[in-house]
Amino acid sequence: MLINHAKLMQFFSVAREVVGRKKLQKMIYILQSCGLPFEEKYQFHVYGPYSEELSLRTEELCNLGFLSEEKEEKSNYFQYHYTITTDGERFLEQFDMKIASLEEKSAMILDKSARFLELVATMLYFKQLPREEVEKKVHIVKPKQNYNETELKEAWQLIDALMDA
Amino acid sequence: MAYKDKQLQEEKVFKDPVHRYVHVRDQVIWDLIATPEFQRLRRIKQLGTTNLTFHGAEHSRFNHSLGVYEIVRRIINNFQDRPNWDNEERLLCLCAALLHDLGHGPFSHSFEKVFKLDHEYFTQQIILGDTKINEVLERVQPGFAQNVADVIDKTYQNKLVVSLISSQIDADRMDYLLRDAYFTGVSYGHFDMERILRVMRPIEDQVVIKSTGMHAVEDYIMSRYQMYWQVYFHPVTRSAEVILTKILHRAKHLYETSNYTFKLEPTHFISFFTGDVQLEHYLKLDESIVQYYFQLWQDEDDFILSDLCERFMNRRLFKYVEFNPNHMMKELMELYRLFQKIGIDPEYYLVDDSSSDLPYDFYRPGEEEERLPIHLLMPNGELKELSRHSDIVEAISGKKRTDHKLYFPKDLLDMNEDKQTVEQIKAILYGQGDEGNVN
Repeated sequence: MLINHAKLMQFFSVAREVVGRKKLQKMIYILQSCGLPFEEKYQFHVYGPYSEELSLRTEELCNLGFLSEEKEEKSNYFQYHYTITTDGERFLEQFDMKIASLEEKSAMILDKSARFLELVATMLYFKQLPREEVEKKVHIVKPKQNYNETELKEAWQLIDALMDA
Repeated sequence: MAYKDKQLQEEKVFKDPVHRYVHVRDQVIWDLIATPEFQRLRRIKQLGTTNLTFHGAEHSRFNHSLGVYEIVRRIINNFQDRPNWDNEERLLCLCAALLHDLGHGPFSHSFEKVFKLDHEYFTQQIILGDTKINEVLERVQPGFAQNVADVIDKTYQNKLVVSLISSQIDADRMDYLLRDAYFTGVSYGHFDMERILRVMRPIEDQVVIKSTGMHAVEDYIMSRYQMYWQVYFHPVTRSAEVILTKILHRAKHLYETSNYTFKLEPTHFISFFTGDVQLEHYLKLDESIVQYYFQLWQDEDDFILSDLCERFMNRRLFKYVEFNPNHMMKELMELYRLFQKIGIDPEYYLVDDSSSDLPYDFYRPGEEEERLPIHLLMPNGELKELSRHSDIVEAISGKKRTDHKLYFPKDLLDMNEDKQTVEQIKAILYGQGDEGNVN
């Protein structure tokens, strides 16, 4: 009964505001990879894991008036801002839902840049490989991003912290 | 001559209603088609339950896979001698195109939802595991199977190769739109593929469209939009899908939580119920097996399982009404209570279905770096995102359309003896008691 919609709304309620669709995509993937029960199906795309299901579900939540979407014009593209509405809060109240460690894990990624979250999400996509192999894969699938040693190290630290939280 | 270069003595052709002919000259491709894992795709319908709405939609994933291969073969022929194209990647592209849907199971979407499976995982397993497919690919050269798997997984280093098989305008989408339109018999879904193939250009890491071909691409985008609403998300098809999903849930529930004994041991389903699906089990389950069980489950003692199977087999589908979760959430809770009161289990007989339950690839230009858009190659060599240049695409991609429906068995309500409660239910479902709203 709209459980997957409610789970997303729970995330938006915790996040208060999400700036950027790319960031939203990567955050939900990271939380899902850390064991949180988001069920949106992801595939690998040029910019890392991407879920059409998440895009469409977010669109539904906007159309239903549960989320507000603000479009901001940047130099050569648009950026979208999402916040939960009063109707959205009312919708959420009807579910007795508590996602364990959602607040804790969300807090660890909310202030990170989209570029960094793209790196973390990509590393998690290859999580079944040994760490060295993961780093090699990152450079193969994202040669243009030129992620450096420091970024990779920070990403591993964040992944470890998320898994422990 | 190396196996990878070996050609058949004479070109083989498959007659195809969409592309007229599918041409095969490479021995590798011919051998892949002959494997049991690829032949299995003949027994898996491309459109699952859509044939209950459009009776012509009986085509299989086998047909579609050959079609995608043929389109990629034609694209590569056009790319010969163009800058940025490395013909060493030719065989890899053809194999990935042919095998991209190898891991699909019967009624993929419902099975994946209920049993938490991922057909892409099984595609990788078939290509890399102990299979005939793997044998053929490894004969090309050691590590070739991994390259094919990486292209299909979109993690292969050459992004141009990946974009032929998977991008917002790729061989997969072009084939299924044309093929699904042909077999369903609808008049939308058609576009000038030959023209698109002629204006595709390989650049460093993606395929782009020469700007003079923009109108052909507009038609393709329009086809995607129309096919979604008219075919893929057709409410009658969705009703069949809802019932199918509930059958699988019920069978799993009976196996797991009660001391229920099936009249026939559901051997082929057991690993799905227990969540330990090995490749050999997965490959054995095709649509004919699933239909066999559904046929037999009609005679099960469990009313819900037998009723749902009877509905699915005889196309006695659920009815539906439009449903707005914002305005009707309280009513939905009340409907749950009322259904329980009259002995109809809402878990199986009152089902909300949203457009996101069948995610479909609408064209989205998106934000920067959210997803790779379709790029037009302008005469001055500049790349422009399609919707920035085409008013039609801008209009469609800016249009938001989502949908929510509530499915239920009207016949069970009509037969119920608690007329008063049924009236209450109908008043909520139809609004003001008007049954004219029901479909």
